[in-house]
Amino acid sequence: MLLGAGRWPRALGGTALIVMAAVWLLPFVWAVVTSFQSEADVTTPGLSPFKGAFTLESYREVFDRGNLPVWAFNSLLIAAVVTALTVAISTLAAYGFSRGTFRGRRALMALTVASIMVPPQLLIVPLFRQMLAFDLVDTYWAVILPQIVAPMMVFILKRFFDGIPRELEEAARIDGASDLRVFWSIVLPLSRPIVAAVGIFVFIGAWNNFLWPFIVTNDSDLMTLPVGLATVKDAYGTVYAQSMASALLAALPLIVVFLLFQRRIVRSVATTGLGGT
Amino acid sequence: MSTTASTGAAGPRPLSEGAARDSAARPAVTEAAPGGPGRRGRTGLLFVLPFTVAFGLFMVWPIVYGIWMSFTDESLSLRGTSFVGFDNYAEAFGDPDVWSSLGNTVFFTLISSVPLVVIALAMALLVHTGLAGQWVWRLAFFAPYLLPVTVVTLIWSWLYQPDLGLGNELVTAIGLEPVGWLSDESVAMWSMAVLTIWWTVGFNFLLYLAALQSLPDSLHEAAALDGAGAWRRLWSVVLPQLRRTTGLVVMLQILASLKVFDQIYILTKGGPNESTRPILEYIYDVGFTGYRLGYASSISYLFFAIVIIVSIAQLRFFRQGD
Repeated sequence: MLLGAGRWPRALGGTALIVMAAVWLLPFVWAVVTSFQSEADVTTPGLSPFKGAFTLESYREVFDRGNLPVWAFNSLLIAAVVTALTVAISTLAAYGFSRGTFRGRRALMALTVASIMVPPQLLIVPLFRQMLAFDLVDTYWAVILPQIVAPMMVFILKRFFDGIPRELEEAARIDGASDLRVFWSIVLPLSRPIVAAVGIFVFIGAWNNFLWPFIVTNDSDLMTLPVGLATVKDAYGTVYAQSMASALLAALPLIVVFLLFQRRIVRSVATTGLGGT
Repeated sequence: MSTTASTGAAGPRPLSEGAARDSAARPAVTEAAPGGPGRRGRTGLLFVLPFTVAFGLFMVWPIVYGIWMSFTDESLSLRGTSFVGFDNYAEAFGDPDVWSSLGNTVFFTLISSVPLVVIALAMALLVHTGLAGQWVWRLAFFAPYLLPVTVVTLIWSWLYQPDLGLGNELVTAIGLEPVGWLSDESVAMWSMAVLTIWWTVGFNFLLYLAALQSLPDSLHEAAALDGAGAWRRLWSVVLPQLRRTTGLVVMLQILASLKVFDQIYILTKGGPNESTRPILEYIYDVGFTGYRLGYASSISYLFFAIVIIVSIAQLRFFRQGD
């Protein structure tokens, strides 16, 4: 207990906490309230959140426009593929760096760690050039491929693998198991929490990524949720209830994921020491 | 020792090397691979291969190609590219827009980073006091971090809306003049900072919370027994123990703030009157709106140099403190 037994510090701390949480939740609450009003009621001035009657009109409008489910599907597909590929190549590579002895291992690992410093935005222009050359602009692959390189995740996983005692692996090897078999049946099961943590962060990063998908997709049918919403933002003009409804619908999936995996996410920040991509 | 028959492609290791090392290093191996170095030599390579290919294609190559581009007049609109030496870099140094957008970036970094660290620490300390309903607090502070940037900007463009938004409703309710949150040159960047603090503080909060939860209670209890009050314990016991975490949070935060782009680009496109345009948006404008990829690359690399210098300076600073 940080503030210990003192009654006054506790009461003060509790009050401060409640005030802060209320401030942080206010934008959400305001968006929710707005989304359940009619556009006419929203544009009536006044501070009361209950200016108009409750209505689902704006949600109906948003669904009628039809684009939101397509973008949500694209986001889910892209984030899932990015996560699967990133986790696969990163865990393999981290294990190879941790246990391998091939020539150039240290140099390659050092290069990987150094690249953590590179801001992704630096790569945008040449990557775009590259996608033009590969004729991949406006495809799912153009969005997915550059995102699967996650040096930070390789670094985190390698550090974890380094800490796993090797006796278990050796025992299996004496029984004749192949390297891949050892990795799959012994190392991976031991590493489930860290792999889950990495997966969660990669997924959040891919789901929310804006700049790169924004640059390589022009076709509205291929856009992810963040990109699609950005294109209609201007088109929405003064329909505030609808824009709040679509914002909340787009926010919902990850909030649900967070509620389901809350403990794991909090713990994974602690175990990885870092997150995000 | 087992054979490598089942690893197929890897093949057997050169016997002499492995055997020699094995017998020498066997008992005390911790760092060098005890399974017998060399044995998995080439298999290790296969494990690393898929990542290395992707890394080469989508990280190393763009970096190298970008450096080359920064010495050319490459353009999206014209065919044919010629080498121009350091012309782009010379132009960048004399370009007032580079300096003003860099100034905006630094200003944003200052006004966003300080609260993003201090507020995150305050939140973590308060949550760590152990008040009931942990998950509610965690959700309240961390949930915004999970939102895609477009959702954040949709919500805040409504809050900042000049006539009907919550911001001005509150301001006028206490008798002040309405504020041009995104339209007033002297206010817009502050509005961006507030939005960014709300959006991303949750990550720093979690880092601090995790650190607090892993602190040993003993020191703290000893101080309490010696009669140290809550404030005294906070200042003399808890905060010093959080030094390393603070170093990490400050470092990550400054790097993240320097890279600000998305929310500003979506909300104001750098306006009004370019007062909020960060350096990354200028690079984007030059490259994708002005089609001057070569020049955009040279500014990117100048910016990258700054990022590296800042990172090294910070590493030094926090090392020194330890």
